[in-house]
Amino acid sequence: MIYFNNVSKVYRDATALLDVTFTVEAGEFVSIVGHSGAGKTTLTKMILAEENPTDGTVFFESINISALKSNDLTKLRRRIGVVFQDFKLLSNKTAYENIAFAMEAVGKTEEEIASDVPHVLELVDLSHRLSHFPSQMSGGEKQRLAIARAIINQPELILADEHTGNLDPVNTHEIVQILKKINDLGTTVILTTHNRGVIESVNKRVITMENGKIIRDTKHSK
Amino acid sequence: MALIALKRIVKAGFINFKRNGSISWAAVLQVVNTLAIIATILLLQAVLHSALTQIKDKVDVVIYFTKEASEDKIMAIKSSLEKLPEVAQVTYTSAEEELRLFRERHSNDYPTIQALDEIKENPLLANLNVRAKEIGQYESIANFMKSDNALVLSSSSIVDKVNYYQNKKVIDRLNTIISGAQEFGFLLTLYFILSSIIITFNMIRLTIFISKEEIGVMRLVGASKMHVRGPFMIEGAIYGGVATLITVILFWPATAWLGRNMTGFLGINMYDYYASNFLQIFAILLLSGIILGVISSFLAARKYLNK
Repeated sequence: MIYFNNVSKVYRDATALLDVTFTVEAGEFVSIVGHSGAGKTTLTKMILAEENPTDGTVFFESINISALKSNDLTKLRRRIGVVFQDFKLLSNKTAYENIAFAMEAVGKTEEEIASDVPHVLELVDLSHRLSHFPSQMSGGEKQRLAIARAIINQPELILADEHTGNLDPVNTHEIVQILKKINDLGTTVILTTHNRGVIESVNKRVITMENGKIIRDTKHSK
Repeated sequence: MALIALKRIVKAGFINFKRNGSISWAAVLQVVNTLAIIATILLLQAVLHSALTQIKDKVDVVIYFTKEASEDKIMAIKSSLEKLPEVAQVTYTSAEEELRLFRERHSNDYPTIQALDEIKENPLLANLNVRAKEIGQYESIANFMKSDNALVLSSSSIVDKVNYYQNKKVIDRLNTIISGAQEFGFLLTLYFILSSIIITFNMIRLTIFISKEEIGVMRLVGASKMHVRGPFMIEGAIYGGVATLITVILFWPATAWLGRNMTGFLGINMYDYYASNFLQIFAILLLSGIILGVISSFLAARKYLNK
């Protein structure tokens, strides 16, 4: 599904990624680990075409992501659900509206939105927060809302970038369990983290990065 | 589908306007400033136009005819002049009528009337008073009188004098002043409108700058450029609409005060002018406000929509 082919990313005087090659198959759950500055976030940004490689190519199925025109990129992003460490929710929209926005973006009807949004909020245990704004929610609730937004359009890939970075252990565990359930239903999940506890509880393939390079790629963390 | 998208964009624009609270009102007040400048300029142009019209109305050219000129010949010239595209109005005054008017004007000036009585015959001449459509056209009318134009026939023999040549210096000077005033007014208008547009554009840009991260998030969740930009443009249109209402409401008492206290100085009653041209002024302000809001929002959001 995702194929990094000899990808490098060089900023003015820093190398974020160096000759990175790996493949993620459809349905896999892949954790990308490494210290701060290892290149994890740059890697996720390339899957979303927020950044383009200095060298090499990133493919989503057979699509060269960095060669996409704006409209095609928008269509590709609709196939990916994203969860960020800082949640990146729309602050002036309620929980309901945050999820509805993602559905509107893909052209869902009002009826579909009215039926699916309460359902997904129930899945992430936020039914009681329907009309609350992100500023009125806790960190764990915000992250569950971000996950609800990411999965609402049943994307083929969930990308979670340090999604537990701002959460306590209880919320971290809950969020990881949600992602595992999503993966069990067939959705590919790529998460980046530096939290060893997360990797252990997932117990799936782990790619370890250091100084922009992949130093280990193992099927299980244990 | 497109209609549903449009409905959502419009709804989101209104919701954003409401939820942005003080930021929205700061932008509205800035647009009010711009619209107030545009409205003031519209009113000042009316004052300028009225002043210039009054000056123009005082300018004319009078063709005096010799005593031998028959009324038929004068009327032929009148009719020729009326056919000229530059001519707005030609008025004939006979020598007798001119004398009557002169006596009327000087009825309290006994020595003048006595001197006139002593002459016994009418010293005044029949004349045609010619008003041009534009002040700069008097020269061509005067030249027409000098020419051997077939329309004028042999009129030169019956024309005593054309006072344009005595008034030429004054007319030319007035013409220069009027053109200068119009050009200066235009440049001043342009300066004020441009500067307030730039300030308003930057104010709206600032309101969108606050949302730049959210614009990025919207794009990452797969929203099209129009889905992201549309609500900002609607918000811009709302700024324009609300600002127009505030501006026209503020101008009612302002023009009423000017009408009561400054009509003599300004030459026109501002309140009457504002009331009688209200729809036109409202339309100009509304259009300016909406265009300003929408274009500023469009351009400001574009910066954060690149990918």
